[in-house]
Amino acid sequence: MRRFQAQVLPHADAAYNLALRLTRRPETAEDLVHDAFVSALGGFEAYRGGDARAWILAIVRNRAFDWLREARRKATLPLGPASDDPDDDGDWEPPDPGQETPEAALIRKGEAEGLRRLIDALPPRLREVLVLREIEELSYRQIAEITDAPIGSVMSRLARARARLGEAWRRANAVREGQS
Amino acid sequence: MSACGHDPLMIQALVDGELDAVHAAEVEARIAACPDCADEHARLAALRQALRGPGVRAAAPASLRLRLAESLSAPAQVVAPPRRPWAWMGGGAGLAIAACAALIFVSAPMRQDQALTDALVASHVRSLQLDHLTDVVTSDQHVVKPWFNGKIDYSPPVVELKDQGFPLVGGRLDYVGGRNVAAIVYRRGRHVINLYAWPDDGRVLPAHVHVAQGYDLRHWRAGAMTWWAVSDVNPADMALFETLMKARTGR
Repeated sequence: MRRFQAQVLPHADAAYNLALRLTRRPETAEDLVHDAFVSALGGFEAYRGGDARAWILAIVRNRAFDWLREARRKATLPLGPASDDPDDDGDWEPPDPGQETPEAALIRKGEAEGLRRLIDALPPRLREVLVLREIEELSYRQIAEITDAPIGSVMSRLARARARLGEAWRRANAVREGQS
Repeated sequence: MSACGHDPLMIQALVDGELDAVHAAEVEARIAACPDCADEHARLAALRQALRGPGVRAAAPASLRLRLAESLSAPAQVVAPPRRPWAWMGGGAGLAIAACAALIFVSAPMRQDQALTDALVASHVRSLQLDHLTDVVTSDQHVVKPWFNGKIDYSPPVVELKDQGFPLVGGRLDYVGGRNVAAIVYRRGRHVINLYAWPDDGRVLPAHVHVAQGYDLRHWRAGAMTWWAVSDVNPADMALFETLMKARTGR
């Protein structure tokens, strides 16, 4: 119990940030992280060392993907935006035109909130590598372990995520500067 | 692909600290020579800076911390065991089995080293919890060093590495392996590096790089002291930290 609190609990912020970016719903992310930690404690006896942060993040990540698949299955709309598909790491699909675009949010709400929206507009498989590398500062090897993907896929997804996000971010900044 | 035919994944790997010194130098030379590569490098750096700015990373809300504290400390906790405990542990299980197999053959001195590295990791982890990181909080090396005077019977050199990207956070008195030791705390981005120092006791330690519980440990001797650095920064940063420290503490 104490070992768990010392080794796993310090990663609650990282776990919540990943869950929130993947599910995009604060209440869902909170429940998901809570349940992940409780089940991790149950399996902690069998866990004998290794990277505790990668371990708990892998559990959170797998639960988030289960939730995404379930949410997609339950969706009343025949097809959600492509970016909601957990198995899609393909091409860019413009966000729902009825909603405020991430670029508009960046202009209206400021940099940090706008960047979160831009990240959330990426497909989940690009989102997770971006969050794990740029925000949690994990190595390629750790990300490969967490996302259960070869390092080569981690690198190419990361490159695509950065290219898309960077382009949208620079475009929004250009508009914002043009307005001021 | 940029005009010089250079692989953008290599520029990315450089930015991510994933290249060894030889390849890093090669890619840096490309960046210096090719404007397209330099642009790509600048774009990646600018995006990173924005993403690491305040407010982008969401912290666990207080309600979640409270729920975790309650659920994880309930004494008579009943947690349904997962049906296939190994399955959802993923790669961890394989590593754990490998670690068990390796443990059967360890010799007595290795067990001693194991005890020390475990104690160092435990101290590092403890330091990451609220209010345990530093007893003296300052980025001024001239404050940290005298602070140790009178608390322990030696005073380790405290060096400033802010310009190299390792700002000094403070110092702490810790208890590791049955003795009081000085812990000097640095940061690298979001990661904490604990640097432990005590007078060289001449103990022979075979390897200078260890990995324990996912943390990277390095040790070396310099200036009549034994040094241990513990962190979860990436190995390239850890190697850089070690190199810089050795150069400054070796008198």
